[in-house]
Amino acid sequence: MTGHPLLPTDAPVSLLDTAETAIDGELAVELYRRMVLARRFNRQATALTLQGRLSVYPSSAGQEAVAAAVTLALAEEDWLFPTYRDTAAVVLRGVDPVQAVTLLRGDWHHGWDPGAHRVAPLATPLATQTAHAVGLAHAAALAGDDLAVLALIGDGGTSEGDFHEAVNLAAVFRSPVVFLVQNNGYAISVPLSRQSAAPSLAHKGIGYGVPGVLVDGNDALAVHRVVDEALTRARRGGGPSLIEARTYRIDPHTNADDATRYRADEEVAEARRRDPLPRLERHLRERGLLDDATVRAASVAAEALAAVLRDRLADEPRPDPADLFTHVYATTPPHVAEQRRVLTGEAGR
Amino acid sequence: MTGATMVHALNQALGDAMAADPAVHLLGEDIGTLGGVFRVTDGLAGRFGGDRVTDTPVAESGILGMAVGMAMYGLRPVVEMQFDAFAYPAFEQLASHVAKMRNRTRGALPMPITIRIPYGGGIGGVEHHSDSSEAYYAHTPGLLVVAPATVADAYGLLRAAIEADDPVVFLEPKVLYWAKGQWDPAAPVPPLGRAAVRRRGTSASLVTYGPMLPVCLAAADSARQSGWDLEVVELRSLVPFDDETVAESVRRTGRAVVVHEASGFAGFGAEVAARIGERCFHYLEAPVLRVTGFDVPYPPPLLEHHHRPGVERILAAVARLQWESEWREPAR
Repeated sequence: MTGHPLLPTDAPVSLLDTAETAIDGELAVELYRRMVLARRFNRQATALTLQGRLSVYPSSAGQEAVAAAVTLALAEEDWLFPTYRDTAAVVLRGVDPVQAVTLLRGDWHHGWDPGAHRVAPLATPLATQTAHAVGLAHAAALAGDDLAVLALIGDGGTSEGDFHEAVNLAAVFRSPVVFLVQNNGYAISVPLSRQSAAPSLAHKGIGYGVPGVLVDGNDALAVHRVVDEALTRARRGGGPSLIEARTYRIDPHTNADDATRYRADEEVAEARRRDPLPRLERHLRERGLLDDATVRAASVAAEALAAVLRDRLADEPRPDPADLFTHVYATTPPHVAEQRRVLTGEAGR
Repeated sequence: MTGATMVHALNQALGDAMAADPAVHLLGEDIGTLGGVFRVTDGLAGRFGGDRVTDTPVAESGILGMAVGMAMYGLRPVVEMQFDAFAYPAFEQLASHVAKMRNRTRGALPMPITIRIPYGGGIGGVEHHSDSSEAYYAHTPGLLVVAPATVADAYGLLRAAIEADDPVVFLEPKVLYWAKGQWDPAAPVPPLGRAAVRRRGTSASLVTYGPMLPVCLAAADSARQSGWDLEVVELRSLVPFDDETVAESVRRTGRAVVVHEASGFAGFGAEVAARIGERCFHYLEAPVLRVTGFDVPYPPPLLEHHHRPGVERILAAVARLQWESEWREPAR
């Protein structure tokens, strides 16, 4: 299926466990450090759901190579459009961890200032954020601003019409957008074979005139390289790209899911053997790029992050019911103002 | 004052809004070179360039989704949906993002988007070209819903919609696109949410909006023969809703008929009737009645005149307003 410049390679792009020698040690260690943070964040957030302190948490355990690579490749002026499974990436981008879990804690729908971090709200309706990413990229391009936008999406999301419309729009307008599909094998319970009959999700790019890139999503170095190339191309006016990162969701869909109903334990055990975090650590140690002190420091930083999340979640104030009405409209219509007065007057509040 | 059709008034409103604010960008299907299938954007691509008047792929959800991203970057997009029923693919973007983004982000991401939708029937359109979809939008918190019925309002309310910091679904009554009238581009931009009494009367209030305004005015003229002096109140804006003007009128006349072209069951007229009942109960001489399109899919062109409320159906409803309770002898 290869041969056309828009088609991906047959085998996913990979750098770990290959003969690749041109590896930037400093960059690799930074990817490792970010993955350790993301993994610890996933573990802590999942633990908080079990304690009832978060309503729900869609874990990205097993997919941290993508979160690390993407956040490292994005420039400060770039924008990130995450899905609901990308809280760890949002935290790595610099958003306060407590603000990052606001949606999942349930005190509000969203917690951070998108403009301050250049991170859009977590998108729950599948693929809808990809069109927003195109619009923002289009507006930035019209303004002459050299920035790129990275839209994350899952394998299930590629079945949605909005994904198709967004990639097509980006291609037509040559918008500086990188669509990164985290193919983790399942859309909740439904395997990829029921989402797509395409040779790969990256193959979908050619249908829009967009280059498709297939990458080993459990190889942080490879993901970083292809994302960095795509973002650079986008910033220089080269147009959008579609990247499929093949990875695996080690955890259930959320804490409310029972993954044993749709996938075998052996499959998960096999996926754990390909866990991107120990894989990178092993690789870096073998090359003498990672020492015990660095590993310890990464672990200490991760524990500090987890502690911040644990401790500050306990401190957060309860939401004010009057906030239900505050931001619905810039100019509150009279019928809504009337309801605010009703709520404010209720004794039970 | 400038005089021409509603299409011209809308066209000038768009042009004036774009000249006044470089953040205003138009997006839609066939709005550039062609000037829109109804010519509402005629000449604007030539005047402002393709970067501000942009022909898009045929992808309503994607277009509105793009508008969300453009608004996030500080622009003020005006989206044209080609026809009422062609806006349905964009409903998820509208209900889940356009309507909710400001609230979700505690005001950090306002959505000053205007969604222009030519709506309603009466032009002989084949299926999917004549829907009245206002109830879906009015039921969605976070959206404003505006429906002009006069040429002057087409200009003024569209300027107001584009200047609003909230998302506005702007419903343009297709059947009135070629109605003639005057507007004043120099007049101050009107506020949203003010109804207008279009005809003063004493017997009963007809409360309406959009394409039914001329029909209600014709009904009021006819009603004189039966001895009824009907008041006609035009909402102009469904959200915000002007309870004050509507209630003031109904308290004065004591009777009300709500008239709209959309199907009646769970329609916007039910909201209007309920609000009148809640505010005017002791002033009412009769239950508030509704005259609406039937609860059937919009008919084919050769049958649509049976569906759209006409003078006869409105007067039949007026006749049912329990005039026998009046002290005076009913008109014979």
